[in-house]
Amino acid sequence: MRNNEILQTIRMIDEEYLDIRTITMGISLLDCIDPDIQVSCQKVEEKICRLAKDLVSVGNEIEKTYGIPVVNKRISVTPIAFLVAANQGASPVPYALTLEKCAQKLGVDFIGGYSALVQKGYAHGDKELIESIPEALAKTQHVCASVNLGSTKAGINMDAVAQMGHIIKECSRMTKDDNCLGAAKLVVFCNAPEDNPFMAGAFHGVGEADCVINVGVSGPGVVRAALAKADKTMAMDEVADLIKRTAFKITRMGQLVGTVASQKLGVPFGIVDLSLAPTPAVGDSVAHILEEIGLEQCGAYGTTACLAMLNDAVKKGGVMATGHVGGLSGAFIPVSEDAGMIDAALAGTLSLEKLEAMTAVCSVGLDMIVIPGDVSESVISGIIADEAAIGMVNSKTTAVRLIPAIGKEVGEILDFGGLLGSGPVMPVRQTDNAVMIQRGGRIPAPLQALKN
Amino acid sequence: MKAVISVIGKDQVGILAMVATECAKENINILDVSQTIVDGIFTMTMMVDIDRMDKSLDVFGDHITSMGKERDLIIRVMHEDIFNSMHQI
Repeated sequence: MRNNEILQTIRMIDEEYLDIRTITMGISLLDCIDPDIQVSCQKVEEKICRLAKDLVSVGNEIEKTYGIPVVNKRISVTPIAFLVAANQGASPVPYALTLEKCAQKLGVDFIGGYSALVQKGYAHGDKELIESIPEALAKTQHVCASVNLGSTKAGINMDAVAQMGHIIKECSRMTKDDNCLGAAKLVVFCNAPEDNPFMAGAFHGVGEADCVINVGVSGPGVVRAALAKADKTMAMDEVADLIKRTAFKITRMGQLVGTVASQKLGVPFGIVDLSLAPTPAVGDSVAHILEEIGLEQCGAYGTTACLAMLNDAVKKGGVMATGHVGGLSGAFIPVSEDAGMIDAALAGTLSLEKLEAMTAVCSVGLDMIVIPGDVSESVISGIIADEAAIGMVNSKTTAVRLIPAIGKEVGEILDFGGLLGSGPVMPVRQTDNAVMIQRGGRIPAPLQALKN
Repeated sequence: MKAVISVIGKDQVGILAMVATECAKENINILDVSQTIVDGIFTMTMMVDIDRMDKSLDVFGDHITSMGKERDLIIRVMHEDIFNSMHQI
């Protein structure tokens, strides 16, 4: 082992914010379904607390042994709507309270899966669950909710699109005294991955094993630092190569931590999500990577091209470093969680429209964007529909996590603190689209769905 | 099993002696040492064998990290696998 390699790893961790963003334990709750919601909740609590009892201590132990920060320990569960289906009309909120209780008892950072999959239509339990999301998120701190309302295979459920405009607004209203935090814990998906370890969209898909360990790596700072040291005249293909090599190293660490965690917990290793997930810390920003490539500020023309290259290079570099790749895998562009994005949004360089274009080439979608509190529900639905359409046609995951800042106007700041960061209220065109949204129904699956 | 002890900080008398003494106390065998001093900044990496160590690696790590802090040194103990996995295919 060479001395400079040792020091390089230490520098990545120390100065460039390299970390394992999350070890997420996925737990199936299909065997907890019961017509009596109380019984079902008891089964849920027993199962989660049994399987995840050592999750936090193992995460901390790995952190100590290998000297790499494991920032979050999380749990994802089967979409709760499957459990609600058996409860015939009872409010699903007790499930959220049960999940919260488990999170507090176990000391995990988040628990995701207060979710429904409605891309092709509502089954029993789906409507009840979605309607209960604002109350569930207002009454809990650690629970995250998600709704998948479109896919390349199924098209887009426009009834759900219309409903989610209302639900997102309601989440903000019910938590308006707490920086509208409810809406920050809810994400709407098209083509949601079933093994995603990242929040707020993590849930444990029904095709998954009973219990698995998924790992999400991070490291925008490391990529930025590598680019900062490189020559500014370096051609783009060489830049891509440099990013690939850096992504490989980052992902290898994810593979190691996932393997060790799965051995220690006696749970199969699922996937590594090779994502560049920024944090609000200066130096840990995806926007700064794009700027390092040669943009004055993120949002300048050329941003989408740089992001497309970055996203692709991260995947190419990471894929050889791990046995199983999954989740979202790519570059994240959450505005409030990224110091460079926040600056670009404040300066007006980064608009909602530019972000929408960027979501066509990165791994997620419109993420952690603060919008004025008076934006109508149908405009929010319209944003969701556009984003879902990008995902559907491009056979990729897209997501929408908007936070209507109740009582705030463009330019004001909403501060969540911690990993969620803070974001300026961004301007949104409020041209009326209510007739389109109220049509409901389904946008048929595109030709891309007919691959057989 | 091997681990890497790394020390970074302002050069001063007795750094190597202090780390070596702590290793000996815990029955940790030193396999290789490399150190440089550039502009008064001391950097050392030490490869050690931890198979016969008395405490667990994280307890020893906490102990030596806090001893380093008292002398304004950043001392880390990391399992070698993290470096192997990152730099070797």
